[in-house]
Amino acid sequence: MNERREKAQILDAPGIARAVTRIAHEIVERNKGVEDVVLIGLRSRGVELAQRIAAKLTEIEKATVPVGTLDITLYRDDFGRAATQPMVRRTEIAFSIDDKKVVLVDDVLFTGRTTRAALDGLMDLGRPRVVQLAVLVDRGHRELPIRADYVGKNVPTSHQEAVQVFMAEEDGVDRVVIYEATDTPGERARVTRAATDATD
Amino acid sequence: MGWTRKDLLGVRELEAEEIGLVLDTATSMKEIASRDIKKVPTLRGKTVINLFYEPSTRTRTSFEIAGKWLSADVINISTSASSVVKGESLKDTGLTLQSMHPDVVVIRHPVPGAPHLLARLLKASIINAGDGAHEHPTQALLDLFTIRERRPTLTGLKAAIVGDILHSRVARSNIFAMQKMGMHVRVCGPPTLLPRYVESLGVEKSFQIEQAIADVDVIMMLRIQRERMGAGLFPTLREYSKLFGLNLDRMKLARPDVLIMHPGPINRGVEIAPEVADGPFSLILDQVENGLAIRMALLYLLTGGQGTNN
Repeated sequence: MNERREKAQILDAPGIARAVTRIAHEIVERNKGVEDVVLIGLRSRGVELAQRIAAKLTEIEKATVPVGTLDITLYRDDFGRAATQPMVRRTEIAFSIDDKKVVLVDDVLFTGRTTRAALDGLMDLGRPRVVQLAVLVDRGHRELPIRADYVGKNVPTSHQEAVQVFMAEEDGVDRVVIYEATDTPGERARVTRAATDATD
Repeated sequence: MGWTRKDLLGVRELEAEEIGLVLDTATSMKEIASRDIKKVPTLRGKTVINLFYEPSTRTRTSFEIAGKWLSADVINISTSASSVVKGESLKDTGLTLQSMHPDVVVIRHPVPGAPHLLARLLKASIINAGDGAHEHPTQALLDLFTIRERRPTLTGLKAAIVGDILHSRVARSNIFAMQKMGMHVRVCGPPTLLPRYVESLGVEKSFQIEQAIADVDVIMMLRIQRERMGAGLFPTLREYSKLFGLNLDRMKLARPDVLIMHPGPINRGVEIAPEVADGPFSLILDQVENGLAIRMALLYLLTGGQGTNN
């Protein structure tokens, strides 16, 4: 089993709030307003982020921005291969995405495979005019040619680390942490070596 | 917890959590029916074979559509048009199909245990679409799903199943499934159509429909099979209908928020009056719609591999 040791907190609640504010302003700037802009959140925390961004957009532009939820479980590329089979959740998009400027919202951008799955899912639902990607954290290690348009924070990580976003609505607190994975002997040795080296 | 079984052969052996997982997954699958493009790529490259030894409209069509909406390759075999008419055995049919590497085989067969034989024999996941009078697990699951859409919880609900319980795999599967989810079940019909020791399944028994349906949340009517008339089990369809049919008069005795269900196909005017079947309490067509979602969920879970939710 993975024992995950918290390495560092990279964003606290005010930090997340500031990131949301800046992303919202950037969305307005890039799209010259919020006309025809819709936000679509991925998984659970992407949805909460999308709702916060939508609320901020309403504050800035005095207009409502529709928010939808996209579940990408049925579009994943690791079906039957992954060690765990994820729970299928609902897609709820109560409006047409045809000819809209869709901003996909996710918490962490890592390999890019989730975004690829989300694009496939979106295309099955309609024909957006343009699709942009907003993420709270970009941790690098892309495995596909995918990039975010709006980034809350860039965080360089190693592949063994894990980045976890906690949101108040679901987890009771707002924060982003990096975990080290310390379960394998090789990893433990590497961490110990790195710690020893650091003290020389 | 996740789905860990290779096959779905019955509901009797399922845990309540497993049933819950199927119902929750079906909730998400149901959304696909409301899209313009009813297709997701999840089962792309998987092969599903429907092997039906008995006629079917609902079950077979919904398994076929379920597979196709999930992008699987679906093949339908009606044994009346296959080498089964030349006398090929179930075992040989199964092994022949296995050589073509299906991922799922859905089987409906008149003999109980046929799906279990295939499950032992084939690497493919086997889904029981009805084996004799034994079980029809996907029907019970879609019935529970339909009830759950209308009630906050299944626990404590009361259901009456009315009709030919003796020959009904739908009744058996529903009895097992409902009880597992905490529901109380009452069965009703003429003595010739109720198994003698049915109470040993933990259900109440009643020979009078007026009494059986009075205080229940769900009334499930079963098709009276015209072909059984010759077996001396009841005098005429008309008499059966008069004594056990669900008509508007009897509906007045039921709860005002009662749910009316029927696995189909219905005999209009026999076990159920047309006005009731077409009326506002009837969930018969919802059951069909939900059958699609449940079967999509099962195809997804059975082919998806082992593990737990994240």
